Amino acid sequence: MPRTVNTIRIIPRLDIKGPNLVKGIHMEGLRVLGKPERFARYYYENGADELIYVDVVASLYGRNSLLDIIEKTSRETFIPLTVGGGLRTIDDIKAVLRAGADKVSLNTAAIQRPELIQEVSRKFGSSTILISIEAIKMPDGSYEAYTDNGREKTGMNVFDWALRAVELGAGEIMITSIDREGTGKGFDLELTKKISESVPIPVIAHGGAGTIAHIYDVINEGKADSVSIASIIHYNYVKECEIEDDFSGEGNIEYLRNRSSFSRIHDTTIMKTKEYLTQHGLECRYPLAGVDNA
Amino acid sequence: MGWSVDTHWPEWTMLESGKPEVAIIDYGMGNLFSIKRACESVGLKVCTTFQKQEILSAKAVILPGVGAFGDAIDTLRKLDLIQVLQEVALSTKPFIGICLGMHLLMDESQEFGSHKGLGIIKGCVIRFDNFQEVSGKRLKVPHVGWNRIYKKNNSNRDLWSNSILEGLTDGEFMYFVHSFYVKPDDPKLILSTSEYGNIELCSSLQYRNIIACQFHPERSGLRGLHIYRNLASIILARSNNFGGDK
Repeated sequence: MPRTVNTIRIIPRLDIKGPNLVKGIHMEGLRVLGKPERFARYYYENGADELIYVDVVASLYGRNSLLDIIEKTSRETFIPLTVGGGLRTIDDIKAVLRAGADKVSLNTAAIQRPELIQEVSRKFGSSTILISIEAIKMPDGSYEAYTDNGREKTGMNVFDWALRAVELGAGEIMITSIDREGTGKGFDLELTKKISESVPIPVIAHGGAGTIAHIYDVINEGKADSVSIASIIHYNYVKECEIEDDFSGEGNIEYLRNRSSFSRIHDTTIMKTKEYLTQHGLECRYPLAGVDNA
Repeated sequence: MGWSVDTHWPEWTMLESGKPEVAIIDYGMGNLFSIKRACESVGLKVCTTFQKQEILSAKAVILPGVGAFGDAIDTLRKLDLIQVLQEVALSTKPFIGICLGMHLLMDESQEFGSHKGLGIIKGCVIRFDNFQEVSGKRLKVPHVGWNRIYKKNNSNRDLWSNSILEGLTDGEFMYFVHSFYVKPDDPKLILSTSEYGNIELCSSLQYRNIIACQFHPERSGLRGLHIYRNLASIILARSNNFGGDK
């Protein structure tokens, strides 16, 4: 009986703007969903294998207001927390690690100065550094790396960049399809498969989950080692749980007022996702027997 | 950081003043904060330190660590902690190595050349074979994620009873992040094994007062916190038994 080759991780990704959890389509038209630390706690209790926080504004305006949220989250969740968005220097990284993050996710700063990857991996260890690659498919079928949530062109080929990042000491890669992100159309399987098969380190797929079957596909066909999901579970939490958060004036809360879900996304929970994956022969941390009576 | 107190488990509240003190070695490698919070959540009083006196006067010592073996040993040497830690190992107080902290306990490591370790546990540290293929898929290194820990059933007695793993089910999931793993010379020290690719590795071990795990119990959810709770019981029992040895 073959035992574990690789246990798939399901990693909720929480995009943060100011004090709020937000979600957008193609990273435009951000919707406010609630307080990130509440979502984080809920996902932790419901079987999330790790958490990822991304400050979606920091990279644009040089703002970094995450520390408080990281601190609160790391006090009540005991699973790995990765933090990204606007981290540029060793000091920025040290600050989020000190607040309670376990790993950092780098994109813009690493592309601008790749040696940063080497410095971070030397100082904090390879396993502390996750390189986030935002990919957009070009008309000729190639993939180009972007930064600032798909706004800034880099002219770099995604696969070349991934291999360079590995050489410099990256511990993991998160590949986001900007074309699919927030659309619910499914992951870009071709992109994920090519990345995952070309690098020796674990690859996290992100961008496009609309159904549980999409998650299965990106593992089975796309060869992803882990999957990061957002809308598909956020919408479920917003729908199922009464959100009584006080929004402090940032972002657009219209979404919450009409509670209209985005039609392509069939919301689900982490538990249901893991149940499905397990039934379809994939290994993940499920069932979570005994978790409640530890 | 200093001392901090936080109580979540009701059974510890009556021990407010007599909480065992745990020294977490702060040598700049890895996330001490998650370990600190896990300790606090089971009612342990924590001090993150690299001061000899604080380490020697603590009721238990945790050696954490993420990063490179060579750098870690160099840093411990610069901080003049090698002898201190070897002294702790020879005492009766619980001494816990986590991840790289586990590797450092060994004789030597093959990580980027050969490095001498603390020599507390006989054995070495070796790397995963990056080019191994399992069911047509290349084995990813580092090994990142949740994996099962198994009881090593080579004796009649239950190895996990009275250990940090007491009360856990055989095959429990824990969180791992590593490219290297330890190979103790004496297999009897192995408390649990785990499998990655077709390698069976030692995922935790115990030798007298020395306990070490490859996985991160502080990042392994409630079952991981259960390990910290066991640890707190062990520390309390030890400090009650040996506390008055003046």
